[in-house]
Amino acid sequence: MPEPILEIKDLSVYFYTYAGVVKAIEKVSFDVYRGETLALVGETGCGKSVTSRAITKLIESPGKIVSGQVIYHRNDGSTVDLLKLNEEEIREIRGNEIAYIFQDPHSSLDPLYTIGYQIAESMEVHGRIKNIKEGIPKVISILREVLLPDPESRVKNYPHELSGGMKQRVVIGTGIANNPKILIADEPTTALDVTVQAQILELLNELKRKYNATVILITHNLGVVAETAQRVIVMYAGKVAEIGTVEQIFKNPLHPYTKGLLKAVPNPMIKVERLEAIPGTVPNLITPPGGCRFHPRCPFAKEICRKKVPELKEIEDGHFVACNLY
Amino acid sequence: MKPVLKVEGLKKYFPIKSLLRTIAWVKAVDGITLEIMSGETFGLVGESGCGKTTTGRTILRLIEPTEGKIIFKGKDVMSLKGKDLLWFRRNAQIMFQDPYSSLNPRQTVFNIIMEPVRFHGIEVNDPEEFVVKLLESVGLNEMHLYRYPHEFSGGQRQRIALARLMALKPEFIVLDEPTSALDVSVQANILNTLKELQSEYGFTYLFISHDLGVVKYMSHRIGVMYLGKLVEVGPSDRIFENPLHPYTQMLLSAIPVPDPELAQELKAKRKMVKGEPPSPINPPAGCRFHPRCPFAKDVCRKEEPPLVEVERDHYVACWLYAKS
Repeated sequence: MPEPILEIKDLSVYFYTYAGVVKAIEKVSFDVYRGETLALVGETGCGKSVTSRAITKLIESPGKIVSGQVIYHRNDGSTVDLLKLNEEEIREIRGNEIAYIFQDPHSSLDPLYTIGYQIAESMEVHGRIKNIKEGIPKVISILREVLLPDPESRVKNYPHELSGGMKQRVVIGTGIANNPKILIADEPTTALDVTVQAQILELLNELKRKYNATVILITHNLGVVAETAQRVIVMYAGKVAEIGTVEQIFKNPLHPYTKGLLKAVPNPMIKVERLEAIPGTVPNLITPPGGCRFHPRCPFAKEICRKKVPELKEIEDGHFVACNLY
Repeated sequence: MKPVLKVEGLKKYFPIKSLLRTIAWVKAVDGITLEIMSGETFGLVGESGCGKTTTGRTILRLIEPTEGKIIFKGKDVMSLKGKDLLWFRRNAQIMFQDPYSSLNPRQTVFNIIMEPVRFHGIEVNDPEEFVVKLLESVGLNEMHLYRYPHEFSGGQRQRIALARLMALKPEFIVLDEPTSALDVSVQANILNTLKELQSEYGFTYLFISHDLGVVKYMSHRIGVMYLGKLVEVGPSDRIFENPLHPYTQMLLSAIPVPDPELAQELKAKRKMVKGEPPSPINPPAGCRFHPRCPFAKDVCRKEEPPLVEVERDHYVACWLYAKS
């Protein structure tokens, strides 16, 4: 039985905007197992980024975590509900035991500081080094680990002197600087070209093995999921639609949305005569459809789907689906 | 099949100025030759900064080329003026990547679609009926006639853009990353619509994209660009089954495939490309790919490889296949 490192229970995050209350995620529950790579997939606005940020309370006003628990199992066996911690306490965990890599490397680095300073800063904040100057040799070894060419001189570079791929390597360096237990990578390769994307994914995999870390990978690219993850969580309109291993999700998708999504992606290795599209668009989350949120676009929708919100059910070992058909 | 468009030695250099003097040139497009046949989709792929968008825009004379010939239906586009230029503009259209900036937010859908029709002085008996028919052909309906762009989703906006250019019944359409701002489920819809319209009206497409899966799905022939040059051109199937240029091989092997078994298999065989594309300001001498190429020889560093036909209709610019 795999051992959980994070248990997310009934997590709901709402955004209080002028237009109304956006229910970005509602009652999201899933476990993250120690040492796995878990992919969170879904389309724009499905709540995958919000979920990943809510894990360490990284939700800014007008957003609010309205309910839920995030139980974190420490290495020593103790557990803590991250959502109950105050700002000071959560800061000790965020960036330290749980670190983030964000999508856009151009905006996650400060243009006014050298990259060496920025990596050292995150180590200083968490008390790994006494001061920034002293930390530079450590930074150089981190830059070497993320395969940045010529780290001794690059450490003095400013972000604008680096290419997009190199910047993302620096951001990853900041992420691993404190030897995190959980690394949350939010679309880490979306801003990059495919050849560079392959390099970065390879690097992430290697670092994960080396540090024995757990990775939560947020992406909309099903190719990236198939290649890097062991388990997958498919989200739709702020809810979990399906959970399973990569093989279960790709070979035996159960939720009509997952099925549709898989058929809509052009696979470059196979001759496809016609892509099957999902009709309609993602619903507005201020007034989401009642019952199953996918029912207006679902080819199998029945009367019950309009009324009853489907619960996550385990269909086969480790394969959960939230659909009234099952 | 007749070529609709012929491009010969197309170049576009952008100046970099400092203190009013030109200090360097960005060689965005540097000598491209291609032919696009009537009714086909020619896919142009490459990574960001390789010049694929500049190529598309220069072909339409939205950007004046630095050098080169563009022949559209037997006429030299560069020398067109007045009425003839209007004829070209009407017959060669473009669909842009970002549907949020390509529609005027202050105009209704009806006006957006009618504007080019009025401009070109096309006689329409019943404008409303005319626009509704166009909307229906792209999957919208008369309900949408008097709405404004902000009321639509990204996918619907791309449909409005499509209806607008179809109003002129062009022969040739440049599709510049028409779906890269959209989600996959919506993307599939738009791609299917584009294909249906092509088989109904016989449009010729130049399809520009960085997504190889999408390009394969859409194109009959594909051209692969690297740093302002075409490195390989061939039928879509051949490019994917038998990629010749080392860059094409690496580009193809870098795509993550949405199939876990196949993905693991391909990953094991993957040929990783070293480094990142160099700057087009001072591109490497000789073959532009040589600093990243595992097969680079002496000649690659010195001389530019010519585009040679290796198998039927399949061309490659690489010294591994050409004789110096």
